[in-house]
Amino acid sequence: MTEIRIGFIPLVDAAPLVALKEIGFAREEGIEVSLHRETSWSNIRDKLAVGLYDGSHLLAPMALATNLGLAGPPADLIVPYVLNLNGDVLCATSAFLEAVGLPPDAGAKDIAARIRAGVLGRPVTFGVPFFFSTHHFLLRYWLASEGIDPARDVRIEVVPPPLMPEAISNGVIDGMMVGEPWGSVAVDRGVASIFLSATEIWAGAPEKVFGMRRSWAEANAGAVQGLLRALYRASSWVQDPSNRVTLSELLAREAYLDLSAEVIERALSGELTRTPQGLQGKIDRFVVFQDGASSFPWLSQALWLLTQMERWGFVSATPELQRVVRNTMAPNLYREALTPLGIAIPSANSKVEGALHESTPAASALGRLFLGPDAFCDGAIFDPVPNE
Amino acid sequence: MKIVVIDLQSERAGLIKEALVEAGFPDVVVVAETERLLERLGELDPDAILIDLEAPSRDMLEQMFEISRQVKRPVAMFVDDGGESAIAAAVEAGVGAYVVNGLAKARIKPVMDLAISRYNAFTRLQTELDTAKAALAERKLIDRAKGILMKMRGIEEEEAYKLLRKTAMNQNRKIAEIAESIVTTAELFHQ
Repeated sequence: MTEIRIGFIPLVDAAPLVALKEIGFAREEGIEVSLHRETSWSNIRDKLAVGLYDGSHLLAPMALATNLGLAGPPADLIVPYVLNLNGDVLCATSAFLEAVGLPPDAGAKDIAARIRAGVLGRPVTFGVPFFFSTHHFLLRYWLASEGIDPARDVRIEVVPPPLMPEAISNGVIDGMMVGEPWGSVAVDRGVASIFLSATEIWAGAPEKVFGMRRSWAEANAGAVQGLLRALYRASSWVQDPSNRVTLSELLAREAYLDLSAEVIERALSGELTRTPQGLQGKIDRFVVFQDGASSFPWLSQALWLLTQMERWGFVSATPELQRVVRNTMAPNLYREALTPLGIAIPSANSKVEGALHESTPAASALGRLFLGPDAFCDGAIFDPVPNE
Repeated sequence: MKIVVIDLQSERAGLIKEALVEAGFPDVVVVAETERLLERLGELDPDAILIDLEAPSRDMLEQMFEISRQVKRPVAMFVDDGGESAIAAAVEAGVGAYVVNGLAKARIKPVMDLAISRYNAFTRLQTELDTAKAALAERKLIDRAKGILMKMRGIEEEEAYKLLRKTAMNQNRKIAEIAESIVTTAELFHQ
């Protein structure tokens, strides 16, 4: 039996990887999986790059940043699978809300207005878990859509989620964009309110992906195809609401998140507690593990992330960068591996992002594929290949 | 050359510092807390940074590469080092190095090699210590179980041990596991 070593960060969206092992989807394909919990994204990336892991849970922009040579050891990574769309929350600390004269249940528009007006007399500081993270780019996107300049009007600091409670109590950050369950944990501690979810910024945002070294994937092609099929089944199991209780208990275990199952279930169901006072809010499609083609590695999603890296000056646009980014995503590998499952798979590798406000039928070899919604908060449409 | 060592394990940080001083790098500062890490590094203005790769604060340090307003941008040891096996050795040992003030790669190399060997030695020591501790705990447990059996069944120590061993063999379990069951049960009866 082939053993595949996979690194993960203790977050709700490690769920497909946990199910892959614990519910036995990998073993059905003749694959033995070992899961390794990591403390930082940098470490998971480096261990994947040097071959201590065969595959790993990665923030969507990380594989791109690595292949573009922006961070970490040199490596050639591929992304054949998207583990989930969304699942992050944007929070304001209770101390910040009080300082700017807003109630704990203040809405995003009111908070944006206070930031714009510079009420604090200093830049408002937001924490994000990693520099090359979906969190960071969605936060900047939302701020800009509200007329706030992320480079001038606010400060964005990397604060690892386990260190966020300390950063909140010391007043180092006024808010944070963070993956669940860390937002809910802060709400339960009475130190922050959730005022926006990633899904409300971009309904189709790829959050975590599954990454591998290209050379390893090529040398183990058979095992990789089996692994992707197992992952697809695991994601479908995770998405099924009737498995939610089992999944929450599984993720709550010491080896995984080591937190209460109740807090984990909130994120899985999208039924969040938004304020320390207990205000409830249900967010549709808060986190999506398998719906339509949500796990498909769209080139257009990666190209959108590249436009955001360019927009904020982290890279300069060249045709070579575009090529590297396109080459990181591996839609053909996804197709080859999953075709035997008889599921609907997109025929195209790229799509217009932001045009769908609801689930919409799309072309596929089997003709029963639904895409979206994938709208942006400012109604923008991103067409990665307008001339093709 | 000023070297900052970021390591929450003070014992290991102490070992590294000592080794660096011995090797002729007297200017070593250990940073053991993560609060305001970037500010502190700015104040200390080191030429090189050694960091425990398992520290969550590492993601904060990574941010320094990307901030354009930073005048002195640190460079990861990895970037143009080239030697893939050297990178793998560092990641495996759990220590990373960052060069800040454009220090020549050749000068950081001995520091890095030293850090890798000390990290590996520390891990080895810790594993040995953990094994020794576990063995001691097991011996204590077996001694207690023997005592309980001797008292309750009026048998000699040697016989008590034989009984433990036989039960373990019959049930295909470890002697320590059987001993643990006996101790737990005895505690229940005494409450």
